[in-house]
Amino acid sequence: MKFGVCVFPGSNCDYDTYYVIRDVLERDVRFVYHNETNIKDIDILILPGGFSFGDYVRPGLLASKTALMDAVIDFAQKGGIVLGICNGFQILTEAGLLPGALLPNINGRFICKDVYLRIETNSRILTNKLKKGEVLRLPIAHHDGRYYVDEKTLKEMEDNEQIIFRYADKEGNTDSRSNPNGSVSNIAGICNKEGNVFGMMPHPERASEDVLGNHDGLMLWYSLIS
Amino acid sequence: MKVRILIMPKEGLLDPQGRAVTELLTSKGYKIGNARVGKVIEMEVDDSVDIEEIAQKYLINPLIESYKVEKE
Repeated sequence: MKFGVCVFPGSNCDYDTYYVIRDVLERDVRFVYHNETNIKDIDILILPGGFSFGDYVRPGLLASKTALMDAVIDFAQKGGIVLGICNGFQILTEAGLLPGALLPNINGRFICKDVYLRIETNSRILTNKLKKGEVLRLPIAHHDGRYYVDEKTLKEMEDNEQIIFRYADKEGNTDSRSNPNGSVSNIAGICNKEGNVFGMMPHPERASEDVLGNHDGLMLWYSLIS
Repeated sequence: MKVRILIMPKEGLLDPQGRAVTELLTSKGYKIGNARVGKVIEMEVDDSVDIEEIAQKYLINPLIESYKVEKE
């Protein structure tokens, strides 16, 4: 099993993600650059966080139009596993691989803090090592994380178990107080209908080692490789 | 030819920047309401260029934005 970590100009969580896959998970991994078009050697693609192309026009827009993203769209349509983290999530919505959009945080600020996330389903490959209702603590660091989707699509996503994480408190209650950025229905992470493309605003790669004080992100990586 | 694409947050979507502008101006005593903050992309285009295609394919997210094109 080989991982690819996509690198766009302005990606900045690429090396952290690469490090976790290579040194913590001990899996084969390589960087995949924004102008590459041949990704046939890759089994799981990660779109890391950062500010691809400076977030110009809209976060994720310019990255979503690169040659690499044409290959990623093809890869995803053939069932390849793709995980977008933070800016990677924004790129996937801009590319049309995931429903909805990510708008500026409701308080107008960049938010960098740990949040609690409730696992909404473990029937998808990103969370199959976790229990439904379990609560994880992971860091967020974004300016544009307010997930928006229309009501009809939201209902379809709920019926189809496409909501993976919701912002919650420590006990797993989801309400407006535990919603850091104003996301619709406290949504922090989703997948597509087919369950092979995932997007999440929190950063599991920043919480995958005890030396960093938190390894809650590890179970997501273990789920992915199991 | 010079064209401008005016991009606005879609009607009904919360626009925190617009809200902040409304609150600022209201607090200064101006009788205004519902300010909204968008953006403008201006470019020189050849007459053969399909500006609608450019806007829809590359620049606009129709889920969250509306736009109009102004030609000079």
